[in-house]
Amino acid sequence: MSGVAGAGSQRDAGAVIDPTDAAPVLTQGTADRALARSAVSRRAGRRGPSDWRKRLEIAVLVAPALVLFLIFVVWPIVQAARYSLFRWNGLEPMTNFIGLDNYKEVLGDTVFRNALGHNFTIVVLSLLIQLPLGLGIALLLNRKMRGRTVLRLIIFVPYVIAEVIAAVVWLLLLQPRGPLDAMLEAFHLTGIRQLWLAEPKIVLYTMFGVLTWKYLGFAIILFLAGLQSVPIELSEAAALDGASWWQTQRRITIPLLGPTIRIWAFLSMIGSLQLFDMVWVMTHGGPGRSTETMVTYMISVGFDRNRLGYGTAVAIVLFAISLGMALLYQRFILRRDNIEADSGRKR
Amino acid sequence: MSTIDVAGRSRIRWGAPFTYLVALIIAAICLGPVIYAVLGGFRTTGQIAAHPAGLPHPWVLDNYKLVLTNSGFWTQVRNSVIVAGVTVSAVVVFGVMAAYALSGYEFKGREVLYNFFLMGMFFPLTVAILPLFILIRDINLQGSLLGVALPQAAFALPVTIIILRPFLRALPQELEDAAMIDGCTRLGYFWRIVLPLSRPGLVTVGVLAFVGSWNAYLLPLLILGNSPTTQTLPLGTASFSTQYTANTAAILAFTSLAMIPALVFFLLAERQIVNGLTGAVKG
Repeated sequence: MSGVAGAGSQRDAGAVIDPTDAAPVLTQGTADRALARSAVSRRAGRRGPSDWRKRLEIAVLVAPALVLFLIFVVWPIVQAARYSLFRWNGLEPMTNFIGLDNYKEVLGDTVFRNALGHNFTIVVLSLLIQLPLGLGIALLLNRKMRGRTVLRLIIFVPYVIAEVIAAVVWLLLLQPRGPLDAMLEAFHLTGIRQLWLAEPKIVLYTMFGVLTWKYLGFAIILFLAGLQSVPIELSEAAALDGASWWQTQRRITIPLLGPTIRIWAFLSMIGSLQLFDMVWVMTHGGPGRSTETMVTYMISVGFDRNRLGYGTAVAIVLFAISLGMALLYQRFILRRDNIEADSGRKR
Repeated sequence: MSTIDVAGRSRIRWGAPFTYLVALIIAAICLGPVIYAVLGGFRTTGQIAAHPAGLPHPWVLDNYKLVLTNSGFWTQVRNSVIVAGVTVSAVVVFGVMAAYALSGYEFKGREVLYNFFLMGMFFPLTVAILPLFILIRDINLQGSLLGVALPQAAFALPVTIIILRPFLRALPQELEDAAMIDGCTRLGYFWRIVLPLSRPGLVTVGVLAFVGSWNAYLLPLLILGNSPTTQTLPLGTASFSTQYTANTAAILAFTSLAMIPALVFFLLAERQIVNGLTGAVKG
């Protein structure tokens, strides 16, 4: 039924262009097709029942997903925006409307700002250390070698283990005079021994080290997958022209791996901004808030201290920062890939 | 010797031994903590304190016995299985239904609906966690496994639909026409033709949802709380380690056992996990 009505309005649009004879002047493909369709359906004469049936089918197919999505994704997000405007402990009626005061407090709070700084430190360290390391290892392993399949499995093991379980093991490994210190001693490296989880100046870097252990495998596997699509002929041709291994990698392979690297960097960035599990288990944000992240801060104020309104304001600030960075990244860095992909398709 | 075999020619390249050395070091670093935990479970806390990086001497089975006879451990395994099972079923079944409606049918507002689901990609569960906690409390699902599984499934829907829609669209139109001529209804076609053909896609999204659910911590932490009978395995591992702080060996035994399901699952589904992750990333 709506199909017929839609066609009618299209016809009106045509009529405005040329009231006497619509069809020949219609240039828009959609209008054309709509007209044709309405003509066909009118000829068929019994579109009604099948149309209803189709709608029913669509409704049945979409409804479960849509209901689940509305209740558990859309509703909480809408509520988050509302809660953030109240001073509320989550139990009493929500009556204390305070406008944007929560946001002002979040942005002015030094603990939050430091937490943000810690998140950004992790973002930057990931790009500066995990990227070259992951890329180097992937390039090195990108050749036929014995045990390659097994090695790929092994590299992925830390990624598969739950962050919490990894955190519990590392917590024990990093104890003062624990296994790591004993290893360092065995290699006569006592000079770099530290209070890994107790010295506020270095705990964040310890955390970064453990995160690297956990997530470097993902980068390597991703880069190795990307390297499969780099044609071997190119490096062979370069080798024939006398290029060294390193020159070939730098001038040919790495540039061709660009899109994969940029996607990895994007994922790494978004993940670093939402860091929680590992920090919560290993340090709870301490000592002296030296490893507090935005999410540990949110949970400790919003959940542990029942400041629901304030906590959701933190969540929304976190969301805005992530979204802003995602959009900037999309606009300035990933866009290149899209343009290249488009022009590639045209050719 | 291996260099000759590998390169397929007799010239020895200096790069190969170096590659193997690096590979060995990487493997040691990746597996080191895991091996440490497994071996540590066979030692006593006294042994560990005396020689932190030593081998079991003598080997003791008490720690593993303690954990395996601890009903909490098995309850938590069961809870994790239930949560992951419900999450995966819900997200795969509902996801493929919606993805089919959004690809196999022409209707007004289809793209709007698709983009509506797509928008969910921008909102990670973390951002909505506090209101989600309130919601779960208000509908009396606090402490219930369903209270974890349903939100997880809901937040996994966008990526599921994004992966499945192109998959379903790639099925040739001729297939549908042929089915219709043979008297198949639209839903019959979905059930008999689309579902079997899209199995690889379904496995991919299912495996991704499973891994996410199995390792989840934040949502279970808020919803399931401190009672060992309702906790999932990651939550239980964290609780166990704070409860038995002094008993390092028992903690190591617990974590080793807690790792096993994920590692076994990974060995079985390695291809799907890696392909799923790299595929989802490349879009």
